[in-house]
Amino acid sequence: MVEEPRAKMIKVYIMGKEYEVPEGLTIMKAMEYAGYRFIRGSGCRAGFCGACGTIFRKKGEYKFRTALACQTTIEDGMYLTELPFVPANKAVYSIGELTAAPATIVSLYPEIARCVSCNTCTKACPQDLQVMDFIQAALRGDVEKAAVLSFDCLQCGLCAARCPADIVHYHVAQLARRLYGKYVSPRSPHLEERNKEIEAGKFDEEMDKFTKMDLEELKKSYTERDIEK
Amino acid sequence: MKIPYYPGCTLKSTAKNFEDTTVAVSDALGIELLELERWNCCGTVYCLASDDLMHQLAPVRNLIRVQEMGFDRVTTLCSMCYNTLEQANQLVKEDSEKLEKMNSFMDQEEDYKGGVTVTHYLTLLKEEIGFENLPVKTPLKGLTVVPYYGCLLLRPEEVSIDNPENPTIMAELLEALGACVVDHPYKLECCGSYHTVDHKDVVCEKTYSILSSAQKRGAEAVVLSCPLCEFNLDFRQKDLEKELAPVPVLYFSQLLALSLGLDGNLGFDQHYVNPEPLLKKKGLLR
Repeated sequence: MVEEPRAKMIKVYIMGKEYEVPEGLTIMKAMEYAGYRFIRGSGCRAGFCGACGTIFRKKGEYKFRTALACQTTIEDGMYLTELPFVPANKAVYSIGELTAAPATIVSLYPEIARCVSCNTCTKACPQDLQVMDFIQAALRGDVEKAAVLSFDCLQCGLCAARCPADIVHYHVAQLARRLYGKYVSPRSPHLEERNKEIEAGKFDEEMDKFTKMDLEELKKSYTERDIEK
Repeated sequence: MKIPYYPGCTLKSTAKNFEDTTVAVSDALGIELLELERWNCCGTVYCLASDDLMHQLAPVRNLIRVQEMGFDRVTTLCSMCYNTLEQANQLVKEDSEKLEKMNSFMDQEEDYKGGVTVTHYLTLLKEEIGFENLPVKTPLKGLTVVPYYGCLLLRPEEVSIDNPENPTIMAELLEALGACVVDHPYKLECCGSYHTVDHKDVVCEKTYSILSSAQKRGAEAVVLSCPLCEFNLDFRQKDLEKELAPVPVLYFSQLLALSLGLDGNLGFDQHYVNPEPLLKKKGLLR
């Protein structure tokens, strides 16, 4: 019998305890290999949902690092921990009652005025966003800049976990994007026209046809559909 | 002339009229203001604790942004921003150990080398253009004004843009624009600053003494360079309606734009006391 080639094993420390795990795994998989089971703090496993923000240190390095556990490959001698959830207060508002005025964000999240521009949030961001810059934009009421700079935020919360001023950057940025979407960005006339067409029943007959199809017919019409160019 | 420009937060909101008129004036004078592409809060209130470097990061980071642009000078308008940037600049220029510590903390930025000069816009006008060379089209004839300096352009002495006890820079500018300038003893008086948030009464008292003194000397308007002073001297008049006849409070840049004959919005709608009736009466505004 031929033995299957085995992956090289490396040492990692999880919650301070040493484990041998196969090299090449992500932080999340290495911890699962060691016996941890994630019920929370794990989601898409593809770097999009932001559920698995984690902290770690590398061997011999003073830097305290942050990353998404599903996207980061382990290295020998890494110090890992259970994936921390970041508790954060979320302002309650009704978006329809707000305006995109300069003071809106700071009045709902007054703690952003505590920002000293230390940039720790930016260093923590696994998406490499300019987190400090979007908080500063929010502070001076530049809704558009805050929305644009934070567009790729996954809401992992690592910025908030590291902030010495206790700011909840990801919720602040979400508010900025909501304000931008509702009050600043131009309305799409096509969308309104299409909504009217839908309401007027333009597509009812076609929908009806599809809902009555069996699975095979449905698959066929999907593969043979006209693809928008 | 191209010069990096640090705006600060109020210039983008409650003092938008200060920025807009300065940009218009600069265009007319051939000064190209290059707004820093990335900038953060100036630090607001300069931190007086010499070992609290965390609060120095904000101003120093802005100076790094200027350095990144390949310039050795930055101009700014707000007195508070000027004061904080310049004080922090002097601190790190004089104390290389503190600068090193801050540079080491900001390890994602290039090191600040201490080579940037912070120049207030008034100084820039005086030294680079010369007040006497301003192409005045509508002299402010018959308009009696008092310049009000407050504290942040002048104190501490090390960062003062003029003689800290008897500044004349704004008076010189306003005279060059053809206004009748009167001196008054309260030109350096504190406006009450941030007490306006939770001790309105303190600011009302200060506003009353400053404005009534100006009026006694025949001033029809007060001219200044600080958004916080503007707010206190202008908007606190809301609570002084019985005690005081309304006095318009203007940024120097608004009168400058007016006298250079610049069309467009001079931002008079952002004031509590509307300056338009006075300026119309003087034939300066149609």
